[in-house]
Amino acid sequence: MFVKQISVFLENKSGRLAEVTGILGKHDIDISALSIADTTDFGILRLIVNKPDLALQVLKENGFTVSATDVIAIAVEDKPGGLAKVLEILYRRDIGIEYMYAFVGKVTDQALVILKVEKADEAIEVLRENNVKILPAEEVYAL
Amino acid sequence: MRYWDEHIECMDRSTLQEIQFKRLVETVKRVYTSVPYYRKKMQERGIIPEDIKSLDDLKKLPFTTKQDLRENYPYGLFAVPLSEIVRIHASSGTTGKPTVVGYTKHDIGIWSEVMARTLVAAGADKHSFVQIAYGYGLFTGGLGVHYGAERIGASVIPISSGNTRRQIQLMVDFGTTVLACTPSYALYLAETMEEMGIDKSQLKLKSGVFGAEPWSENMRKEIELKLNIKAYDIYGLSEIIGPGVSFECEYQCGMHINEDHFLPEIINPETGEVLGEGEYGELVFTTITKEGLPLIRYRTRDITTLHYDRCKCGRTLVRMEKVIGRTDDMIIIRGVNVFPSQIESVLLEMGEVEPHYQLIVDRVNNLDVLEVLVEVSERMFSDEVKKLEQLEKKITKAIEETLGISVKVRLVEPKTLERSEGKAKRVIDKRKI
Repeated sequence: MFVKQISVFLENKSGRLAEVTGILGKHDIDISALSIADTTDFGILRLIVNKPDLALQVLKENGFTVSATDVIAIAVEDKPGGLAKVLEILYRRDIGIEYMYAFVGKVTDQALVILKVEKADEAIEVLRENNVKILPAEEVYAL
Repeated sequence: MRYWDEHIECMDRSTLQEIQFKRLVETVKRVYTSVPYYRKKMQERGIIPEDIKSLDDLKKLPFTTKQDLRENYPYGLFAVPLSEIVRIHASSGTTGKPTVVGYTKHDIGIWSEVMARTLVAAGADKHSFVQIAYGYGLFTGGLGVHYGAERIGASVIPISSGNTRRQIQLMVDFGTTVLACTPSYALYLAETMEEMGIDKSQLKLKSGVFGAEPWSENMRKEIELKLNIKAYDIYGLSEIIGPGVSFECEYQCGMHINEDHFLPEIINPETGEVLGEGEYGELVFTTITKEGLPLIRYRTRDITTLHYDRCKCGRTLVRMEKVIGRTDDMIIIRGVNVFPSQIESVLLEMGEVEPHYQLIVDRVNNLDVLEVLVEVSERMFSDEVKKLEQLEKKITKAIEETLGISVKVRLVEPKTLERSEGKAKRVIDKRKI
């Protein structure tokens, strides 16, 4: 049920992001979602790609500090209050969200969101109970 | 008043050498009989005190290093019963243990005397108001200058370091004539004065004695211009006595070593061979009057050279040039000795960091700043910003506790720190001094 996210440590200096995406492109790795969290000194690039194991390997080979993390991909109704409904469910079960971000440029009637939560297994359970659509990894990688 | 002790300061060299020889022999006998560590080292070399038949025999004696002081922490090298020790000072050490030095009443007298010479050479006398903005405490700067200023009968303003605006206000109100602090702090005072709208014409300052960190001729000019004073360089290290080991005269052409108390040599740091006049090498001192902690051939790690020709000021005391470098990788930041190995041990102790790091020293607004770059390893990496920031804070706190100065820690990508010949270049000193 989990999606493997690739996280990359980046210093805040120009060209680093281009380098990462360049390496992925060269190895025919497709990005379906990404986000960058940054501070004054450094940033963390988070990526959902079609070949996470290969991405991990080639980025490591190129000297980047990389890790793989399990995250949850969900689909919510693409209308006002759609996301709020899901967040409410998690909040009621006291499941904190570490971070979240949306997919890039997918035109569907659903909004696709990546969630990293504190209690992942419990989150899956409660989302299922509430009929929130959880995207299987294969489907996400293929996007 | 040009000299504090003209008899010694301008003594002909052959008489001085007789005094030095006599004192050297006494010192060697003293450490041989009262410091087991020295006796053992001399026995290992097959030397007894009677082998010292001339000043030239100094080179037969073993060297003493900071490591020896550490191994004998805290009092192992003291040559008198602890009841004779009236003062203890200490400098920071690389292993977390400081270097401890002890003074007898007689030692404090010598220290006062050599600092008196230093201050008089910088134009001070009993009419002076000496503001001491060196730190007081275990650091030798504050109290060393203090005792010297008292010895010449000056009015001492023992303000210690910090409180910059107040320093300036008191300088104006009390009519300070001599300032003693680090050269970078002198510049900082000048800048703060400008901010406060106080003009140098409101000061009665005439001169300053500045030491405890390296500074350049340009910095001297800037201090002299901004504070309208004559700026004198002073040198010292706590192991030998503290400030007052050597001092500049009005001709500012090297620092006269108080060599009736501290016998200097320049050696090749690799071979230990003694070098001649004008050759650059490591400065080595043998204390020849100290009771509490006499040191035989103490390696300072400072690189400089000696000049024996008579100075225009009339002093015959040998002159050492400004220190041009170090034989180890020590850096001095705001008067504090910092070794890269200290940072390394902190990172290793934290257990989650591979010690790939670099120290960047810079001078911002005339104050030294230290930035520590740490390469992020996979083990310490997290996809959460919060955790990386916590790590940064943890490293910062641990380093600050070890060094006693504030630092800025920055996490960087792996393998981005410069390595030369497979070894990392640990220190980048951007200070323009």
